[in-house]
This record gives sequence, C-alpha cells and structure tokens, in this order.
Amino acid sequence: MLNFELSQEQLEIHNEAIKFSKNEVAPKASEFDEKAEMPFDIFKKAWELGFYNTCIPEEFGGSGLTTLDSVLISEAFAYGCMGMNTSIMANDLALLPIVIGGSDEQKKKYLTPFTEEFKVASFCLTEPESGSDAASIKTTLKENGDHFILNGNKMWITNAGFADLYVVYATIDPQLGHSGITACVVEKGAEGIEIGAAEKKMGHRCSDTRALTFNNVKVAKGDIIGGVGQGWKLAMKTLDHSRPLVASSAVGGAQAAFDHALQYANERKQFGKPLAKHQAIQFMLADMGIKVENARNLVHKAAWLLDQGKKNTKIASYAKAYSADICMEVSTDAVQIYGGYGYSKEYPVEKIMRDAKLIQIYEGTSQIQKLVIARELNSTI
Amino acid sequence: MKIFVCVKQVPDTETKITPKGDGTFIETNSIKWIMNPYDEFAVEQALLVKAANAGSTVTVVRVGGVKDTEALRTALAMGADDSILVEAEDNLDSYMTAKALKGAIEKSGNAPDLVLAGKQAIDDDCSQVPQLLAQMMNLPSVSVVVGFEQNGDTLTLKREVEGGAIEVYEVNKPCVVACNKGINTPRYASLPGIMKAKRKPLEKFSLADVGVTQEDQRIKYSEFKLPEEKPPGKKFDALEEDNQASIVKEVVGLLRTEAKVI
Repeated sequence: MLNFELSQEQLEIHNEAIKFSKNEVAPKASEFDEKAEMPFDIFKKAWELGFYNTCIPEEFGGSGLTTLDSVLISEAFAYGCMGMNTSIMANDLALLPIVIGGSDEQKKKYLTPFTEEFKVASFCLTEPESGSDAASIKTTLKENGDHFILNGNKMWITNAGFADLYVVYATIDPQLGHSGITACVVEKGAEGIEIGAAEKKMGHRCSDTRALTFNNVKVAKGDIIGGVGQGWKLAMKTLDHSRPLVASSAVGGAQAAFDHALQYANERKQFGKPLAKHQAIQFMLADMGIKVENARNLVHKAAWLLDQGKKNTKIASYAKAYSADICMEVSTDAVQIYGGYGYSKEYPVEKIMRDAKLIQIYEGTSQIQKLVIARELNSTI
Repeated sequence: MKIFVCVKQVPDTETKITPKGDGTFIETNSIKWIMNPYDEFAVEQALLVKAANAGSTVTVVRVGGVKDTEALRTALAMGADDSILVEAEDNLDSYMTAKALKGAIEKSGNAPDLVLAGKQAIDDDCSQVPQLLAQMMNLPSVSVVVGFEQNGDTLTLKREVEGGAIEVYEVNKPCVVACNKGINTPRYASLPGIMKAKRKPLEKFSLADVGVTQEDQRIKYSEFKLPEEKPPGKKFDALEEDNQASIVKEVVGLLRTEAKVI
C-alpha cells in the first residue's frame, strides 16, 4: 500500500501554509534579513492561524497535528524564509522535551499557555565549549533543600532575547557524563538570568541568537522534566522529532532556490537563447531537481516513521544530513545560474545560500549526523 | 440571515494551460485548481455579514466537476457553514450555470436574504452569472462592488465604474451582490478551520435534480486553442548617418505594404 499522495487535509494544510508563506513571509524576508530583527507581526499572524507550536497535543490545546503535517508547514514557511522558520521551529524544539517527557501537570502548566497566546520559547543545550560534544556540558544543577540551583553559560540560543520560557539542559555532576544530564524549565524573569547581546550572523539574521548566563537561578523540583539524570535520553528523543522538522526547512529553502533558478534560466538569454536551452545549465537544473525531490522523500519518510510509532533515528539523520547538504549545493548552484545578479542582494538567491549554511551546522552538524548513522548501521551487525 | 455564496473552481493562475488534442476543452488532468480569486472576496464578505448578524448561516454553492472540490473546501475552511455541489462538466455556459445555481439554492429549502458572488471568473472572464442569476431569481443585483455597508434590510453598495469613478446604490435585500477586489481582504483558512471543514455538510445534486437540461445550453464552444505566437519584430540599424535615409525609406515602405498601417 505504498502511496506517495498526501491526504486531502494534508494538501489543504500545505496549500494554506504555502499561500501564507508566499504572501506574508517571502515579501518581507529580505527586509528583516537586512534589519536583523524578529518579524513579530508575521509570527503573531502565523500563530493566530495555528501554524505555531505544531507539536502540542490536542488535549493540551494544540491542533493535534501529525509529524508529517508539521514538516509540510515547516517546508512551506522555509520556502518563504529559512530564518523566520528557525525562530518558529525553536519554539517546537523547546516544547518537545515537555511534550515527550513532561508530566500532565507540567504539560498543562507550560504547553497550554502557548496555545492561548503568542509566546516564545528557547531550547538551551549548547555551551561555549560544548557543541557537537553535547554530553560535555558544564552547566550545573545542584540540589539545595526543596529546590535546585542552576549555574552556567549557554551559547547560540535561538529566541533567547524574547523567550517566555527556557528549557535548559544541565548536569547534576559533570563526572557522571550522560547519566548526569537533566532538563529543567526556567521561566522569563527568573532571578539570575543574564541575556547576552544579539549575535551578528551570516544568515538566519531575522532570528534572534544570543548567549545566556544562569547565575544561581532557583529551579523548583516540579520543574525538572522527565526526572533527574534523564536529560540525555530526552534530548535524543527530542532530536528524533526535531530532525525531520529541520530537514524540511532545508527542503523548503532548496525548493525556493530551485524555483527561482528555473524561472530565471528560462527568462535570461545569452548567446541568442535562454540559459535553460544551454545543456550546461540544463544539467545543473536536472541535478537540482533530483536533489530536492530526494530530500523531500527522506524527510517525509522520517516523519511518517515517527507517526507510525516506529524508530526513525537513522532515517531522520539521513534526512537531516542530506537535506542540509543539498540545500547548500542547490542554493550555491542557483547563485551560479543567476551569475553576477545572483551575488547581488537585489535578487533572492544569495540570502538562501547564506541561510543554507547554518542548516549544515545546527541541530547536529552534517558530520554528527553521519556518526549517528554509522552507529545505527553498525548496531545491526 | 441566510447567505449564499456562488463559487467557481478555476485553474491556478500559475498553471500552464494546454488545449486538449481534439480542441474540445483544456487539459484538466494536470491542473491545480483554486477557488476563483474574486469569489474569495464574496466568501469573506459573507463571513463578515454573518459575524454582524447573529444567527446567520453561510452556504457555498458550486456547479462543476467532482474530481477536485478545492473551492468548496477552501470556503468551508475559511468559515462557511455548509456547501452544495451541482455535479456537472467544468465548461458549462453562463446560462446553464446560473440556472443550476438558482435550482440548487431553491433545493436547499432556504430563501436567501443575500446572494454573493465574484464579479467574474478568471478562466473564461464571462462576467455574466451573477446578473443572469439575479434575473432568474427576480432579485436586484449590483456588480463590481468595492464597498459594502449594511443598515438593517438596506445595503449601501459602492460600485466601480470606468475611469475610477464610484457609483453608490441603495438596495434592499434580498439581492445579488458581485464583489470586486478592494471590497475586503480575504482571510486565510486557519488550521483548526481546515480540520473542522471536513466535518461540515456537503450536499450533492445532479443537473437534472436542479432542473437543468441540455436544451438550456446557449453557447457551444467550437474550439480551444492557444493564441498564435507573435513573430519576432524586425530590427533596423540606423546608427550610421550614411544609411539612415535608405532605412527610413525601407521602414516607411514596409509600414505601407506589409504592416498596412499607413
């Protein structure tokens, strides 16, 4: 019963998201990239239509979307602007640990408010000296009577300057390695949170990225998610869910670059005929088409497996590594097809090329994805 | 208020249109269908009127093919309450379409307080159905409406005429109003709206059910073909002074004998 067709409802969700992205997101992408500001008006509009926080289950006020539904939305938004989609996805990334590991009481307390009004969340794992080696985090969570005390530095935190809620990973004892890692919730305004200056970035410039410092921040025992020492497993499960989402963002960016290049190649004439009639360009366009289609199929499979309740770790990493890499390649080729015009900010493809680079880096670099893949492959022998 | 909205499903504006091999219609297999953009204004206006008149319902009516029902589903996802589909070919003429719409509205069992439509469909651009429908239903109608105000049973409608001037009409409902761009900004369907749409009623009729027969056909399409491609223009190089006189002579000659414009 293999079937490549989306359901009627999924088609409608995709159509509506792409309509919003083309009419509201894409026309503002360049402006907010230049200003390096969060486009809150667009975010609030998207939230009102239900395109935000797609991971929240129906019983806690969410729309009850499947993972496949959510990757359709994510691809559509990234088609308009990968930067805006990063900020939108960061909400899901932060809320997912609560969806996966939180108690019903925590879900009601922390997830439901996100369905009642527009709110922003941050996922805080990476540290100045702990990137790919995520288990080496130094932020500590020390028990202190009826609560814990949080201390440490976080780095490259999306949405950090505007977040209403932070999901923070820390260790109860660095000596314990993986098994010391614990996730907790910290709310905006908690005493001891120090928010760093906005980072000046190459791409995804409209999404807010900052360092965070926690100085003796009090964490109630009820705000530990999934239990003390369970943070590593929780982070890994979160990534199984979020990787298809990030990968779909890369597919959206690649599709946008491809569509622009295809259009331009049919309009621009050199040597007496359109670029698209020159075989050198035809081969580039054909390769771009193959890559985008392949990537999307991997993403949909990774999402579908999760919706079927099946393990998707390997396919999700296939999807993340492949989609990020081809987004970089396709957007680079799009700039090449545009030639000098492609290198100019007057045209949309250079921004996609700048944005593409980050997807090879965040939420597990392409190299880390390959380590995950190799571990999964070797474990079957 | 019982509000009816007539919607048509048309090829997406980005679709590349190709005539069928035998010229009887366009190829419909590879088409992405959308709600006629002018009808989106009509649906939005219906929802605004509904919001201002407690207890109102909005019914969307469409005449056309059944393979894809994008237009009705979009209207339901935007917030319409129920829908009626009259199953028919996608290339009915305006008279048959209007008669089918009238039949479907009567079949619904509800007398309309207001019928809304787009001023024209973007595929065949006939701009006839709303007026025909109003005539058949013996209702007043105003088309190309860009302003809509309701005061009890009276509507104040602004209509755009040639040269950008505005005519203002006062019309008593029930009436037929055909909407133009500018009357409102159509909303997006929200995700909860899309989820709810599939549980909303869809009633189906055949053309016979609504009293339309082949004898109602007023227009027979003889052929569908693409406009012929324009031949490339001629270029004359008159940069050098030496040949300017002879080129002017040549161009004037061609304008006389070939283009026959002077």
